[in-house]
Amino acid sequence: MDLGKLTFKGGASIPEFKELTSKNPVEVLKSPKIVYIPLHQHSGSPCEPLVNVGDVVKIGQKIGSSNAFVSSSIHSSVSGVVKEISTIYTPTGIKSKCVVIENDGMDEMIESIKERSLEYYKREEIISTLKEMGIVGMGGASFPTHVKFSPPEDKKIDILIINGAECEPYITADHRLMLENTKDIVSGIKVAMKALNTEKAYIGIEDNKPDAIEAMKKELAGEKNIEVAILKTKYPQGDEKRIIDAITNRKVPLGGLPMDVGCVVSNVATIKAINDAILKGKPLYERIVTVTGSVNNPKNLLVRIGTPIEDLIEACGGFKGKPGKIIIGGPMMGIAQFDLKTPIVKGSNGVLVQALDEIKNEEVLPCIKCGKCIDVCPSRLEPLFISSYSLKDNYSKCDELNALACVECGACSYICPAKRPLAESIKIAKREITAKRKKS
Amino acid sequence: MVEKTIGKTKDDSNSLDNKLIVSLSPHIRSDESVRGIMGDVIIALIPAMIASIYYFGFNAFKLILITTISAVCAEAFIQKLFKKPIRVNDLSAVVTGILLALNLPAGAPWWMAVFGAFFGIIVIKEFFGGIGSNFMNPALGARAALVASWPSLMATYTFPDAVSSATPLQILKEGSGSLPTIQQMFIGNIGGVIGETSAALLLIGGVYLVIRKVIDWKVPTIYIGTTALMLLLLGVDNSQIIYHILGGGLMLGAIFMATDYSSSPVTSKGKIIFAIGCGLLTALFRVKGNLPEGVTYAILIMNVASPLIEKLTKPKVFGEVK
Ligand code: SF4
Ligand code: SF4
Repeated sequence: MDLGKLTFKGGASIPEFKELTSKNPVEVLKSPKIVYIPLHQHSGSPCEPLVNVGDVVKIGQKIGSSNAFVSSSIHSSVSGVVKEISTIYTPTGIKSKCVVIENDGMDEMIESIKERSLEYYKREEIISTLKEMGIVGMGGASFPTHVKFSPPEDKKIDILIINGAECEPYITADHRLMLENTKDIVSGIKVAMKALNTEKAYIGIEDNKPDAIEAMKKELAGEKNIEVAILKTKYPQGDEKRIIDAITNRKVPLGGLPMDVGCVVSNVATIKAINDAILKGKPLYERIVTVTGSVNNPKNLLVRIGTPIEDLIEACGGFKGKPGKIIIGGPMMGIAQFDLKTPIVKGSNGVLVQALDEIKNEEVLPCIKCGKCIDVCPSRLEPLFISSYSLKDNYSKCDELNALACVECGACSYICPAKRPLAESIKIAKREITAKRKKS
Repeated sequence: MVEKTIGKTKDDSNSLDNKLIVSLSPHIRSDESVRGIMGDVIIALIPAMIASIYYFGFNAFKLILITTISAVCAEAFIQKLFKKPIRVNDLSAVVTGILLALNLPAGAPWWMAVFGAFFGIIVIKEFFGGIGSNFMNPALGARAALVASWPSLMATYTFPDAVSSATPLQILKEGSGSLPTIQQMFIGNIGGVIGETSAALLLIGGVYLVIRKVIDWKVPTIYIGTTALMLLLLGVDNSQIIYHILGGGLMLGAIFMATDYSSSPVTSKGKIIFAIGCGLLTALFRVKGNLPEGVTYAILIMNVASPLIEKLTKPKVFGEVK
């Protein structure tokens, strides 16, 4: 089957700015003097600390865990001494307990890190190891992978989709990963297929990354059950439901999950982490981060979890011009930070700096009813109407118009000629609706 | 309109660097702007304006100037009166002004042009909330008001040499007089409002708008196609269809009026239904009614129906099963 130029209906083409970093091989960032490791880096329950102030820890040592099913363990990313258990805001704005560790610079690994081949694993064992090793989705939402890989009995998963679309402008972390760790991704896919008991896998890559497509295809030569699916470059192609639609033509029902159509979607970085955890015994304590925008030398860095963003910026030659906004993630869905001490967590794929003079503060004009926001919405909502109800605090009307189906991709706000805060106000409506549902 | 500011997501009480801007995503915006879109419409109207000045001379130039200046003044005045921000620089009033001029006969007196512009902007656009909220096309609404108030002035089509002439469709309807050639119909130099004179130049503007993604090509195409089909069904002779397509302001209406954002449905399915409706009504009015051209009232009636069409053509949400 030739899988060429697959896509979904809607979406927008957005200038990419990926050339800033797409040719830069991943550099290892020196481990910082102090790491701030939040105990709540995933969706679900926060972890409780397993260490006390003064304890000596090694790289890969478990420092936080939770008995709840929907949660994922946390590990130390340096060797050193626990200085403090503090409270911190994570990049996503969650107030979380945080283990502060002073790095002794010895980079001592925990002894239990051992290689093990896939044949020795039973399915259930892979799943429980994923939780132990702290594996969560690394593409943004940080949903614990073992939960995603444990669908209820009646949901048979027949297709695994590896998300290598990387549709956010500026970010090239997954792109570099696919080029530099192609083998690990392929073996990671096999682990995931075994864990899910799935026969078929596709790796979806946007056609703006021909070298990554080439590399993956070469590595997959001879693999019958794993194929590369070339996707049209369009935002938000990497959205879970849209990538399923593009590759399988299956539509996840409104309010449903990918497993309702027999699919599981995992990001390439997650797959690499699964590979390392299961086959190399290495917990998730570092990740690739694209540092880009208004810094002097934009780079892709391999960063220890818990490293403050100021260290990353310094490693990239500091700010270029006066910084106005510092975003963790990409420009479309990333979150603006207010503190340079905010640490990189498992879900942070990029740090984007916008210089103050780059930030346009455009006047919000009345909607001219051009319909462009409807055309781009991947969920096929009518952003102009939902937004106008949200701005009038009429959230039940927003709910009626399916505000909850909004995936917060930001395409509507991006395209609007009247510069209306569409996605912004719809997000607020979603919060209100969810809060109200929880109460009742 | 009250705009709520969407600001900070976190309290920045423990902020170390409160000079950083914190706002919800997305953090980038496209170059699209209201002014840019209106500017594109004006550019698209330039060929038609040139044609009208070429064929109708100074009169046409005067009318375009008067309606445009009046529309901009009317907008600034009413926005000031309503204590709204003055936003004439979005160029939407300029578009209305030009379109109104193009919908007038060359011999229209200056005071009619001024009245039309004020009526269109104040009564039809701003009374209903201004840009994006008016349910009728201001230029067409103004034209309808002028036709109702001064029917004979609005139906006297004079050429620069002061010869009055019937429009091709009047000639067809009454069955007397000499029809222009099809080539004239296409290139220009026919009786009618100043903007409809050259189908070719209107088309060039239309193609520009489609390329610039300001309008959907389906709307004018379906509108014109439906009109032709319906005329055939109503028994109009094959040989006359081309006159109907090129004359009677159909091109002007289909390309520039039926595609107006504010007064047509916002959904893409709705736009198609809107275009079909315009086509059916235009043909009906031309054959069964008393109106040789029919475009104005067809579009105005569909303008009124458009909120309903919009409701009935809500896009199906992704994954929704009905
Ligand atoms: S894109 Fe903006 S101006 Fe256009 S319809 Fe949507 S909200 Fe209105
Ligand atoms: S409404 Fe939501 S899903 Fe649709 S374009 Fe806007 S942000 Fe994206």
